Amino acid sequence: MTTAVTQRQEPAGAPPGAGSRRLTERVFRIRESGIIAVLLVFVAVTTSIQPSFLNEQNLQFLLINTTVFALLALGETMVVVSRNVDLSIGSVLGLSAYVSASLFGPHPGIPVPVVFLVGLGIGLACGIGNGLMVAIGRVPSLVVTLATLYIIRGIDILVVGGNEVVAQSLPNSFTNIPRATVLGIPYLAIAIAVVIGVGAYYLRSFRSGRELYAIGSNPEAARLAGIPVGRRVLVAFTVSGGIAGLAGVLWAAQYQTIDSTAGTGYELTVISAVVVGGVAIFGGSGSAVGAAIGALLLSSINSALNVLGISSLWLEAISGFLLLVAITLDRVISVRLQAALRRRSAGVGT
Amino acid sequence: MTAGGDAPGGREPGVPGPAGAQPDAPGPAGRATGGPAAAGPRPAGNDPGAAAPVTGPPGPASQPATPPGADVGTSPAGTVTPVLALEHAAKSFGAVRAVVDGTIELLPGEAHALVGENGAGKSTVVKILAGVHQPDSGSLLIDGQPVTLHGPADAQDAGIAVIYQEPTLFPDLSIAENIFMGRQPLVAGRRIDRRRMHAETAQLFTRLGVRLDPGRISRGLSIADQQIVEIAKALSLDARVIVMDEPTAALSAAEVARLFEVVRTLRAAGAAVLFISHRLEEVFEICQRVTVMRDGRHVLTSELAGLTADDLVRAMVGRQMEERTAGERATPGDRVLLVEHLTREGVFTDISLEVRAGEIVALAGLVGSGRSEVARAVFGIDRYDAGRVVMRGRELRRASPTAAMAAGIGFVPEDRRQQGLVMDMSVQQNVALASLSRLRRGGLIRSAAERAFAADWAVRLNLKYGQLIDPVSRLSGGNQQKVVLAKWLGRSPALLIVDEPTRGIDIATKAEVHRLLARLAQDGVAILMISSELPEVLLVGDRILVMREGRLTAEFGHAGASEEKIMAAATGQLSEQAS
Repeated sequence: MTTAVTQRQEPAGAPPGAGSRRLTERVFRIRESGIIAVLLVFVAVTTSIQPSFLNEQNLQFLLINTTVFALLALGETMVVVSRNVDLSIGSVLGLSAYVSASLFGPHPGIPVPVVFLVGLGIGLACGIGNGLMVAIGRVPSLVVTLATLYIIRGIDILVVGGNEVVAQSLPNSFTNIPRATVLGIPYLAIAIAVVIGVGAYYLRSFRSGRELYAIGSNPEAARLAGIPVGRRVLVAFTVSGGIAGLAGVLWAAQYQTIDSTAGTGYELTVISAVVVGGVAIFGGSGSAVGAAIGALLLSSINSALNVLGISSLWLEAISGFLLLVAITLDRVISVRLQAALRRRSAGVGT
Repeated sequence: MTAGGDAPGGREPGVPGPAGAQPDAPGPAGRATGGPAAAGPRPAGNDPGAAAPVTGPPGPASQPATPPGADVGTSPAGTVTPVLALEHAAKSFGAVRAVVDGTIELLPGEAHALVGENGAGKSTVVKILAGVHQPDSGSLLIDGQPVTLHGPADAQDAGIAVIYQEPTLFPDLSIAENIFMGRQPLVAGRRIDRRRMHAETAQLFTRLGVRLDPGRISRGLSIADQQIVEIAKALSLDARVIVMDEPTAALSAAEVARLFEVVRTLRAAGAAVLFISHRLEEVFEICQRVTVMRDGRHVLTSELAGLTADDLVRAMVGRQMEERTAGERATPGDRVLLVEHLTREGVFTDISLEVRAGEIVALAGLVGSGRSEVARAVFGIDRYDAGRVVMRGRELRRASPTAAMAAGIGFVPEDRRQQGLVMDMSVQQNVALASLSRLRRGGLIRSAAERAFAADWAVRLNLKYGQLIDPVSRLSGGNQQKVVLAKWLGRSPALLIVDEPTRGIDIATKAEVHRLLARLAQDGVAILMISSELPEVLLVGDRILVMREGRLTAEFGHAGASEEKIMAAATGQLSEQAS
């Protein structure tokens, strides 16, 4: 070997005493570490200015607000990791929210799980449509989902007409879903956390999950390696759509007033959360947990601006700014890392 | 370091050298090669008589496309069913006929060489065997049964593993994941067993005698290490047929020796190895039989034992070698380009060179050694961190192709489809693209002037096309390259940078491009040519610079250069003797 890697000869389960350089390197390698640090600093600064930021009520509110976003971020992560993007999720959420919640009007006794199944079905159908066009039609996902963003919103507007679902038509068993807590923690937040955990575990530890990363990292090599690229991408879009459908039902339970604008613009917020959470926008790396933390950070900013009494008019500008910071950091870190690795492999040997 | 990475001077038998060396002593496989021998009929400069005219392939197998089995006199072939047989496969890409008659037959336990010049169709045959391309006609037999490979997964399932010439890794994933992607070892519940995956990767590396961390992200690996990962991937498949497309191109001598041991082990286990290499002494060392391709056609299949390197070269080339007579070499004039201490961190370091008017400077080295990056920096496409570029006495502004063009530099990039041409635009538009300022009046391009301009260049460069308004994508690769050349020549550049000017071009057009470059030099143009083909470097270059891992490691005059010396400088062996 000319390009020796003498000092890099450690098996995966390295002993802990491997030195501080190893440790920093490891921390460095965890893409989420940056975002967690940003979140902690942000919370600390906000709390020092306004201690009520950390009171129970505000935290509950924060968690509930985060759930829908974090869930959507999971689906979007699967898509983005494979070097695609799903812009239609806001529209899917809107359609699913209206159609599922409006079922309570004519059928007041309809079981809540059935309502969720309807929302899920709508989402899956939209996701499969997106996935087929990307995987089989070979149309870039940006174009496909930009089109379906408008198409699905258009269908939503046709279905809704001038109507809206109002809170009175919804049964308590439905509207209480986001409110139930155990030990002060909303059930829903726990459930979503579990779902995200499962999703992250799937992406990390299952072949088909890893193959999504492989596709995003080098699509041509993925094909050469015999990975069924089309099928995997189809699944990613289907899951993203299904999740958006479920999120629509949750959204309805949370906000209770649903018209044809529900979920407008959510796709960009979710993609922001995903990118802020360390998922590379061109695929190949990042995790569902990171994306969820990204969603939590964006919600925290929202909440902090409220608590600090800053006008919510600032929200968009500030989240945009943070997005820029996160992406720049991401880029700088990966360039540095690459240069460091290259220097190391070039420096030894000769 | 298990094997000599820190002892570059240690030459040993089996050290890779130039193709065409060792024309004497045909012997059984596994013979040792000696020191540098006189090059064969390669245009090594001062011995034009060595270029033997070709009168059909020699040896017992003189019929092209001999029926499988009939050409092997020894006992096993008559009775043993080939593990894999490709019969009369053809494959075209648009107008380009990459393979006309791809025929190859692999017996269990043999290492079979596939040789031929660049553009002979070897890589297309490899991709057919890999399931990447489906042949237009012909058949593929595995264990005597006809099969159709619908994709790479089918090929893997059929027991065919392929090591591609250019590594195809997932940069964001770990080395272990790269090796086991899609086949990761599992534990209960179909979860990936990461620990076992890393352990098995470590075992593979032990077998190959290299030390790489299985958990390391593969981004930033050197080309040699990437190649090692590819080899480990193929080994992990336990395949019955292993196709190696130039596996040794980036490897050091010790690594090559290791690889050959592995090939012998594979053969002993009954696998068939298809070995593609430009280094003929490697072919003689490791292979038992050989198939030669030329211009997309099967030329001969034979036992290697009765052949010499000369025989192979003659079968590969099939015609008189190109020569560039001394009279065609212009005397270098004034300095046109001066590059001083050019550095781009992590990419290339301290590059200093000059190119004079009428001189062709060839920049040789392995793929990934930083040659193209230097060219891109000189032309202002990429930034550089230190150093300067001086064109005819004036220092060039950094990172400005416009300034470079204004100073008289033309740049024919490596990837003509992506970077050299606008594929959907017409032939004439592409030719005129760099000269629009001269073809317009009042801000509008005059179509008639554009057409006349393009037609003029088409004649001068002997361009073969349907109509000037056809999209350039319809032309063959060689003619597309001529369009790129025409585009720059139309500006009468003082310096022309050409990056891999004949990649993927048929032999006849290649010779035309070479003559064209020589003629331009005679007309006083300074030319900086990057090429990975050593015969081309030796044929065309007046002066040869060699890069390795981002640094210039050697410079040769035209007379003092040989493929072996260049290769040694490019791979880092013999680094003391060089320069």
